[in-house]
Amino acid sequence: MEFLRPASWQEALAAKAEHPTALPIAGGTDVMVEINFDHRRPDHLLDLNRIGELEEWETGTDTVRLGASVPYARIMSGLRAELPGLALASHTVASPQIRNRGGVGGNLGTASPAGDAHPALLAGGGAVEAESVRGSRLIPIDDFYTGVKRNALAPDELIRAVHLKKATGPQQFSKVGTRNAMVIAVCAFGIALHPDTRTVRTGIGSAAPTPIRAGTAEEFLTAALDEGGLWDSRKPVPPAVAGQFAALVAGAANPIDDVRGTAAYRRHALGVMARRTLGWTWEQYRAEG
Amino acid sequence: MRVSFTVNGRQQEADDVWEGESLLYVLRERMGLPGSKNACEQGECGSCTVRLDGVPVCSCLVAAGQVQGRRVDTVEGLAGADGELSPIQQAFVDAGAVQCGFCTPGLLVAADELLEHNPSPSDGDIREALSGNLCRCTGYETILDAVRLAAARTGQAV
Repeated sequence: MEFLRPASWQEALAAKAEHPTALPIAGGTDVMVEINFDHRRPDHLLDLNRIGELEEWETGTDTVRLGASVPYARIMSGLRAELPGLALASHTVASPQIRNRGGVGGNLGTASPAGDAHPALLAGGGAVEAESVRGSRLIPIDDFYTGVKRNALAPDELIRAVHLKKATGPQQFSKVGTRNAMVIAVCAFGIALHPDTRTVRTGIGSAAPTPIRAGTAEEFLTAALDEGGLWDSRKPVPPAVAGQFAALVAGAANPIDDVRGTAAYRRHALGVMARRTLGWTWEQYRAEG
Repeated sequence: MRVSFTVNGRQQEADDVWEGESLLYVLRERMGLPGSKNACEQGECGSCTVRLDGVPVCSCLVAAGQVQGRRVDTVEGLAGADGELSPIQQAFVDAGAVQCGFCTPGLLVAADELLEHNPSPSDGDIREALSGNLCRCTGYETILDAVRLAAARTGQAV
């Protein structure tokens, strides 16, 4: 094994081009587990810790460009207003020690269906900035997850940042686990109200081969809110609408039975989380009116 | 490969480090600092907690090469040079917060960092700060007592 320590982003891209199988390591909270347990023996480890700009973010008019290595702890403390869903999700990641090291770039690189950031990214909307020596491109978050622990990155690409839409309305994140800390999601759900476009977006974690949106549920709810004039009236969402939304979210999942929970339980829990988080976000929207 | 970094204020060096080796292994097996404990090796238990540039991390999840030139503080650095226990260590002793002792070093490092930034933490703050450290003996109550005791004593001393 060789340990590559690029001092700059350009050096990192050059190293990845020269060694496309090199495994990037930043927080190490996924990579080192695999190495400690002999599950993975990469030819090259590509350390990104020396590249300071990966740990910074820039706030624009409509978006936040979040560096790939910004630790979850700093998302929680510094981006709660701009990215409330992601900040909430970040707070559920493992433990303080892990949140001091891990970041969204690693969650995206690993692309586990159980990664805590994914439902919030899908609900909030955005794109992954991938770069190689060939150039830079933005991959819409909806196109990023391609299979179990697979993503749309080319072998020579590294994740530079994620471009996330700044919240224009309330967002929520909910996760089921056996305790509050140090727990991998049995299933998770993210929701974002987008009053600017009068749409609702969602994200489901740990209940399909990849993180997914509940597309039919989103379309149903967006149409129901529109037809009821609820964005303007800010009246409560009728229980029948919330119930149907919950059922459609549960139906969007494609879970499996495993040691953490059964498929049936995951579907049930997703429906409960969908109804609850819709209630929380809609109440907040009404209170802000 | 060779890795050099500052440990508890002293410049240290390790040779023939395997590229996939963890900071925890280097500390325990190459630098004679076995205070940080090796248990789960996957960031679940917190018994290997050290501070990397001041920030608590699981040393089992930091690659040795990543700490080149950086500052690491371990549980061995808490006590004074004369062996006098730090306030949080003394409080753990006095509160009976230690049973088998295996989780204690990680808890000490995490609690010490908490009190450094938050000298009078609420119970919620303490639980949150220690939520990444597992103890299978004490039931945590005496550990919470110890952190409250250290905070109270430090507050009086100021």
